[in-house]
Amino acid sequence: MTTRVGVVLFPGSNCEQDMLEAVALVGGEPEVLWHGDATVNGVDAVVVPGGFAHGDYLRPGAIARFSPVMGAVAEFAAAGGPVVGICNGFQVLTEAGLLPGALQKNRGLKFLCATVPVRVESTESALTRRAEEGAVLRIPVNHFEGNYTCDEATLAQLRDEDRVVLRYVENPNGSIDDIAGICNEGRNVVGLMPHPERASSELLGSADGLPLLRSLVA
Amino acid sequence: MIFSVHVEVRLREGIADPQGSTIERALPTLGFDGVSGVRVGKSIRFTIDAADEAAARAEAEDMCRRFLTNPVIEDAVVELEAGAGAAS
Repeated sequence: MTTRVGVVLFPGSNCEQDMLEAVALVGGEPEVLWHGDATVNGVDAVVVPGGFAHGDYLRPGAIARFSPVMGAVAEFAAAGGPVVGICNGFQVLTEAGLLPGALQKNRGLKFLCATVPVRVESTESALTRRAEEGAVLRIPVNHFEGNYTCDEATLAQLRDEDRVVLRYVENPNGSIDDIAGICNEGRNVVGLMPHPERASSELLGSADGLPLLRSLVA
Repeated sequence: MIFSVHVEVRLREGIADPQGSTIERALPTLGFDGVSGVRVGKSIRFTIDAADEAAARAEAEDMCRRFLTNPVIEDAVVELEAGAGAAS
């Protein structure tokens, strides 16, 4: 059976089309989930894509958690459904309390747009289960607020429970412990700053996002 | 009773503040030497109808905790004054 992947569309999202394409490319059945509808439509997995949901008003992700769809996403996540937040989607998931910590402005004061090496640290998560542990993937980052931070207790917990699923090989943004992506306790909710949907073909410069995308659909 | 509320949202100590750093580096070029510790925050003003000052403050602080700030990276200072004037 084909996996149905819902991609949430907020006013200001801008990576949803790339994500829909990428899902189809790896054999999934993509569909848009409008932020104003309080349902995930019975999909098998949810992606919160990148962009500037609600214009990043107040803080990135701060307003998105009030969109009706987010209640349904939280219920879906609580029931063990796979939920992945990419870039602004990661910010949305932290603001919604589905993942711990926060994304602060990059160290070095710059907006970052580059393809960077990222290491798979754990294959036990909704987004990394088809990847290889220790594999280094070249995946684009494209963000200003991508510097992951959390308090020491949270960091210790993330490490102890092996919940840092992706780390930068060369940290581009100053994130604590080189964190590029984390998962929740249930390992079904994953947030990451790099964009696997932009690394879905050699024509785009890298196809290293494919193992991550495949993790969502099979 | 109406109270004017001013919430100042500040980045917590140790949190990167690229705007503050950039302003700090720009000031000497205009001859403003000796400036340090520039931090950029947000100012949010509103009025609130509450039974008394303590109730108004409690509500404003709850807003800060749950919405106006992200406590992982931000702090807030709440200032309160009786009357609607100060918020305009």
